[in-house]
Amino acid sequence: MTEENTAPLKIVVLVKHVPDVQFDRHIDSGSLRLDRSESVLSELDEYAVEAAVALVESQGGFAAGHEVIAASMGGKSASNSIKKALQMGASSGVHLNDEALIGSDTVVTSKALAALVEHVGNVDLVVTGMSSTDAETSVVPAQLAERLNFAQLTHALSVDFDGASRELSIRRDHAESTLTLAAALPAVLSVTDQANDPRYPNFKAIMAAKKKSITELCVADLGLAAEAVGAAGSRVAVLSAEARPAREAGTVINDSGQAGIALVDFLAEQKLI
Amino acid sequence: MPSALVFFTELADAPSKAQRELLTLAASIGEPTVAVASEVSQATAEQLASYGVAKLLVAPANQASFLEHSLSVLEAAVKQSAADVVLVANDNFNREVAARIAVRVGGSIVTDAINVSADLVVTKDELAGSYSAQAQATGGVLFVTLKPNSIEDAPQSAAAEVSINELAIETSAAEKVRIVGTEEKVVSDRPKLTEARVVVAGGRGVNGDFGAVEQLADALGGAVGASRAATDAGWISHDAQIGQTGVTVSPQVFISAGISGAIQQKAGMQTSKCIIAINKDVDAPVFEIADFGIVGDLAKVLPQAAEEIRRRQA
Repeated sequence: MTEENTAPLKIVVLVKHVPDVQFDRHIDSGSLRLDRSESVLSELDEYAVEAAVALVESQGGFAAGHEVIAASMGGKSASNSIKKALQMGASSGVHLNDEALIGSDTVVTSKALAALVEHVGNVDLVVTGMSSTDAETSVVPAQLAERLNFAQLTHALSVDFDGASRELSIRRDHAESTLTLAAALPAVLSVTDQANDPRYPNFKAIMAAKKKSITELCVADLGLAAEAVGAAGSRVAVLSAEARPAREAGTVINDSGQAGIALVDFLAEQKLI
Repeated sequence: MPSALVFFTELADAPSKAQRELLTLAASIGEPTVAVASEVSQATAEQLASYGVAKLLVAPANQASFLEHSLSVLEAAVKQSAADVVLVANDNFNREVAARIAVRVGGSIVTDAINVSADLVVTKDELAGSYSAQAQATGGVLFVTLKPNSIEDAPQSAAAEVSINELAIETSAAEKVRIVGTEEKVVSDRPKLTEARVVVAGGRGVNGDFGAVEQLADALGGAVGASRAATDAGWISHDAQIGQTGVTVSPQVFISAGISGAIQQKAGMQTSKCIIAINKDVDAPVFEIADFGIVGDLAKVLPQAAEEIRRRQA
C-alpha cells in the first residue's frame, strides 16, 4: 500500500490542434471537412496542460519521477501543439498521425485515444480540456472514461489531489448545484477555463522543450485496423455543411436622449413584444 | 417508421421548455418512448400523453448516484425500446451519458442538433453557429442532443392514457465517483438562460452594476446573461456567462449591453433571431452583427427602455 502511494504519477494530457478561432474558419464544400491550415493548440487545452503540470509540481515535481505525456491525434502540424505543451512543462510527447483517422467521429476518436492511453501503459490520469474549440462536442473525455473503465471527473471548476490517498476531487456544476466529486485514480479529468491560469512558457522552458522527445505512432502501432477508425469506422456521416449567411449590420443610432424609446419601438415593429 | 426514445434524468411536474421541445420533436418522428431515471408523478405522466408518448419507462435510483444510475437506465431503455434514435438534452451531463451509451451499444452521437427529420437526418450547428450541417447515422443507434429554443413546443390535444412502467435495470456498475459535497445555487425566478425567449446581457460596460440589465430583463420577462469580462470581474455568477466557455443562447431577442462582441463572445449568441446592441464605442464589433444598434450610455438607455415597456403594458 505504502509503495503504491508513493509511485510516480503517469499522466497523459490530450491536446488538440485546431483552426485558430481568431480567424474565419471554413468547412470545405467538397470534402465537408474543416480547413485546418491555420491551426494552433486549442486554447481550452492549455488549461489541461496547466492542470497536469501543476498537479505534478504539487507532488514533488518532475524530479520525483512523475511524467506528463502530451498526446495528440492529428496531421503532421499537430506536432506544433505537442511542442507548445512541452514548453508549458509536459515531459514528453506522443503524436498519433495516420491518414486512416481522417473523418473519425467522437466514438471512433475515443476508441483511438483509449488505445493510445493503453499503449502508453500504466496511466493513472488522463487530463483534457472541457471541449475542443472546433467540434465542441465535449463528449470524448466521458467516452474515454467509459472505454478505459476509469473514473469520470469532467468539467472541473477546480481540482484537488490528495497525494496520500491518491484521490482526486473536483467541483462541477450540475443542474441547480455545484457538486464536489471525488474518485480514486485512475481517472479521466476534464478542466474548464475556471480551473487555473495557464502559464506562458519562458525562454528557459522553450529551450528545455527542444530536448524533449515526441514519439510518432500510427493506428497499426495501437493494434487498430485502418477500417475500424476514420470515416470508415464511424457510424455517422456528414451529408452537407453550409455557411450560414453572415449577419448584416442593421441601423445604428446615436442616443440623443430617446434611444430607450427607439429600442422599444424597434421591438414592437419586429413584433417581438 | 423509425422509433424515438427520449431520456430525462429527472422530470418535474411541469416539464421544462427544453424537455417539451424534446417531446415535440420525438412525437414528430414516431410514437415515442420516454425513459426517466427518477420518480415520475401521475400528473406528469398525463402531460406526456399530450405529446403522443406511447410508453413511459421509469427507474428511480435506490441510492445516491452521480452517474452510474443514469448510464444503466439509458442503456436498459435503449435495449428495451429498440429505438432508432435517442433524444436527450444538450447540457453537459446528458450529453456525457448519451455519449457513453453510444460507445456501449456501438452507436453514434451528434451534439448541438437543432432538428431531426422524420427520416432521421440531423441538422446541427457547426463552428459556433457559423455553419449549418446535416448528418445521418450509417448504422447503430443514433444519439442526438438537442439545443434549446430549436423546436416550437406543440403538444397535441388528443390525449390517450400513458401508464407508468417500471424499467428493470441490471445492477449498476460500482460507483467510481462519490458526491462529497453539494452547494445549492440561488434559484432565480427568471427563465433559464439557455431556454429564455429574451436575453439581456451585460459586459465590461456595466461597470459592476447589473441593476439596469436586470431591470430591462424583468420588464421583458427575460433572462440575464453576461460576458466573460463581467463574470471574471466577479460582478455576476459564472453561470451567466455567454460565449465559447459559457453557455450558448439562441433566443428570439438578444440585447447586448456594454459588450464589445469579441469573437469568443459572439460564438455564444450569434444564432439569436434578433440582436440589439448598446455600446458607448461606435467601433465595437458587436454593431457588425446587430440588427439594431445604439451608441450610448447603457445606464441611461436600459432604464428608459424598461420604463417604456412597463408604460405600454400598463
